[in-house]
Amino acid sequence: MKKIHIALLILIAATIAVLISFMGTLSTYDSVQSAMKKKGKTVSIIAKLDRTQPIEYDAVKNPNFLSFVAYDSLGGNMKVIYRKEKPTNLEHSERLVLKGKMSDDHFECSEILMKCPSKYKDDMNEAKKNLQENAAASPANTSTTQYQ
Amino acid sequence: MDYTGEHLLPGILGHFFIILSLVASLVATFAYFKTTRSKNEADVSSWKTMARGAFLVEVLSVFAIFGILFYIIYNHLFEYKYAWQHSSRTLEVKYLLSCFWEGQEGSFLLWSIWHCVLGSILIRKARNWEAPVMTVVSFAQVCLATMIAGIYFFNWRMGSNPFVLLRNEMDAPIFSQPNYLSLIKDGNDLNPLLQNYWMVIHPPVLFLGFASTIVPFAFAIAGLWTKKTGDWTKPALPWALFSAAVLGTGIMMGGRWAYESLNFGGYWAWDPVENASMVPWLTLIGGIHTLLIYKHTGHSLRATHFLFLITFNLVLYSTFLTRSGVLGDTSVHAFTDLGMNFQLLAFLFVFLIPSFVFYAIRYKSIPHIVKEEQTSSREFWMFIGSLIFFLTALFITIATSLPVINKIFGSNFTMGEDAVFSYNRVIIFVAIIIGILTAVIQYLKYKQTDLKFFRKKIIAPTIISLIISTLALAFGNINYQEHGLGFLGAIWFAMVCSIYAIIANVSYVWIGMKGKLKLSGGSISHLGFGLMLAGILISSSKKEVLSWNTSGIFVQLGEKNKITGEPGENLTLVKGLPTTMGNYNVTYESDSMHPEKPLWYYKIHFKNKTGNEQFTLMPNAFVNYKGNQGLMANPAARHYWDHDIFTYITSLPDPEKNKDTATFKPQSLKKGDTAFYSNGYYILEDLTSQTNIPAGGLAPDDKVFTATIKVFSKNNTSYTSKPFLINKGGSLYPIQDTVTSENLIFQLTKADNNAAELGVRESNSIMQYITLKAYKFPFINLLWAGVLIMVTGITVSIVRRVQLNRSAREIENLTL
Repeated sequence: MKKIHIALLILIAATIAVLISFMGTLSTYDSVQSAMKKKGKTVSIIAKLDRTQPIEYDAVKNPNFLSFVAYDSLGGNMKVIYRKEKPTNLEHSERLVLKGKMSDDHFECSEILMKCPSKYKDDMNEAKKNLQENAAASPANTSTTQYQ
Repeated sequence: MDYTGEHLLPGILGHFFIILSLVASLVATFAYFKTTRSKNEADVSSWKTMARGAFLVEVLSVFAIFGILFYIIYNHLFEYKYAWQHSSRTLEVKYLLSCFWEGQEGSFLLWSIWHCVLGSILIRKARNWEAPVMTVVSFAQVCLATMIAGIYFFNWRMGSNPFVLLRNEMDAPIFSQPNYLSLIKDGNDLNPLLQNYWMVIHPPVLFLGFASTIVPFAFAIAGLWTKKTGDWTKPALPWALFSAAVLGTGIMMGGRWAYESLNFGGYWAWDPVENASMVPWLTLIGGIHTLLIYKHTGHSLRATHFLFLITFNLVLYSTFLTRSGVLGDTSVHAFTDLGMNFQLLAFLFVFLIPSFVFYAIRYKSIPHIVKEEQTSSREFWMFIGSLIFFLTALFITIATSLPVINKIFGSNFTMGEDAVFSYNRVIIFVAIIIGILTAVIQYLKYKQTDLKFFRKKIIAPTIISLIISTLALAFGNINYQEHGLGFLGAIWFAMVCSIYAIIANVSYVWIGMKGKLKLSGGSISHLGFGLMLAGILISSSKKEVLSWNTSGIFVQLGEKNKITGEPGENLTLVKGLPTTMGNYNVTYESDSMHPEKPLWYYKIHFKNKTGNEQFTLMPNAFVNYKGNQGLMANPAARHYWDHDIFTYITSLPDPEKNKDTATFKPQSLKKGDTAFYSNGYYILEDLTSQTNIPAGGLAPDDKVFTATIKVFSKNNTSYTSKPFLINKGGSLYPIQDTVTSENLIFQLTKADNNAAELGVRESNSIMQYITLKAYKFPFINLLWAGVLIMVTGITVSIVRRVQLNRSAREIENLTL
């Protein structure tokens, strides 16, 4: 066997080892219910924001504390705590991918990925709504004047 | 129904040119195919004439499509969905081009344009290789043309046409009115994230990089096809180098954009979209190195074929990943699904399967050398390096493909708790090995190296590197312990290796090349690569969060995150109140608004606590911009030669929520009395009254009482507030005074000699504040400088290779 083949085998073995250990770091997508069963393990939950419940975030009190309620498609719901800033589009999100760990009374979230209808504006429903708002000839930025 | 005010001609022309480009590229493919297959001279020349003509028509059509689409966007013809969806009247002209790459159609068009440009150069320069190479390029053009065709076959729509009309695509009541167009005041506008100058230049460069990978691919296919195996490597080398330089630049421009605009907190986040663009670059670099091995020793031709073939296929795969919507749950910035998944997969497989079947069939006929490479030879280690690049690409591809793997196998894996670290802990070892190889390999000779000679040459750079590394580690203060000492050790080791790579390559320009820079393209690029490695290592491992929330004025008093034990990364600044942040005192001074857009600028003043250094940063944010509810922040950065300070807004008060619900609480005080509020206390220092006010409308015996209140907050700041009360003909008019940074409103409701009755209100709504994050990135400039130097080095190599090819041809012509 050529030396280069030996090197090849070693490197491929190393790659496989890396991939196996990489598999070990992976987590899984779970529902609220199945996440309850593996408390303390990192999971990702695809959920929706429960708009009937208040979103708790007060940048003056603590800009690093956000709490809201989310529910998944199987009907399970949970309180989510995220110790970072409130993602700006949270209220308007369509779907949330929440990564974190389930604890006894809440989901300790470390990462939120939001799917917003208008993020890349290819979703026609939101766009249609905009169109109608535009067509109604209302000045576009009435809502923002409040910031002055 | 007759609609008024529409401009339908550009759309009709656009449709026409799309069909024309599809037909022309089909004809070009077929004619180039026949050119390659024809045996006699007359057939070759007539097919070639036809093929060139067809390709010219194709080029003109694609540019016409681009021009028409630009006309539509430039003139705000919102009857076209593309213009309405991606632009607006207020969009600055410099961003108009960005509208092309916001949509999938425009970015396919961009890709197609680059193929046209590259194809035109190939027609002029590729000589004997023109026909087989252009067959491949023209075929790719057919595929790209179908992507924007928008033709229906029964119920299936092929491609997405950029010239469709808004009213045909959407069901909205306003389209039942003939004058609907006059009701559409403005377009949807470009995503604010893309309104950044890096976004004007990054996509074209990146797409040129993607598009140019087809050239080495096409040469490799041409080599297999014409059985002139090996010969193709000469003309392909400059092209492969060009592709590597442009793709590398494009990727790092994307990194620069992410760094400056996307608020990822850095230039690289191992986002699937970033990974998908980097993977082909890795295999391409591998292919360039195996090609050099082949040129010098005759080894590794099979590997070169494989790597160039896989590179282009990986570009197609990354196209599929980023555009099909499969990354929806894992990536922040993938395109959304346009319902073209079948077509995107077909695009991939129509290249992947034939190219590798062809490769397998011809594999045996690709020449290779049976004799083993010496372990002291340059080619042995270069091959190992290329292999590591390929395996790294494989690892990243598999990790990025988790959503695809889930789809195929029905599993539900996703990245673990710390996605970035699960990449970094692997890549750090790649950096170590590649760093050493980059440093050492050039000191080896092809075929065999005399070890004595090798030792003599490499000893000086090694010693210098060790000294510099020791200094860097001793004084560089690299103590990134987030992932344990083991990882810190790996970072240190990788630092040493990257310094070694830098020093060894600088030295080689003199030791190996005797200072001839024109010949040192390789060393210069490797030097750049080494600098990039060093820059990445330092800036990532020494990134500092400045905005650790340790401010004392808030209720939580720097409450630590119970989970990580760290305070949060966001800090709230109250207008006018200096707050400690890292080494700085930071003040949110004022804000202003863009004249036409809801784009706000926040003036934030930084003052170094110890030195004289002070500066102002103006991060900005779009607020509730056209359907993008909430804020979209653009950071601002202060650049120094050795570090950048970087800040962006993460939260603003929500005016809806802060409706003022607090009420005035009565508080009776005598002069000198003290009372408490939630964040400190205040003293009624003085109470005065005045008559004979010269102000208009006041009678001589009307009275004005003024209370002087001194407010002491917990953080030792004091303020003076002076509410007053006007007694006009027996009616009382209180004039409030606010202490903005303390949320306090004072009102004087009654005054009598020494006793005052105050109304005190504490409210959030009067408080103007912003929440921000701030980072310090040290030595980020090493990374950017490294990229520039690497690209310069590759360019030097391209020039050199083109010259070599030319003089080789001249010699050939002379001897004939």
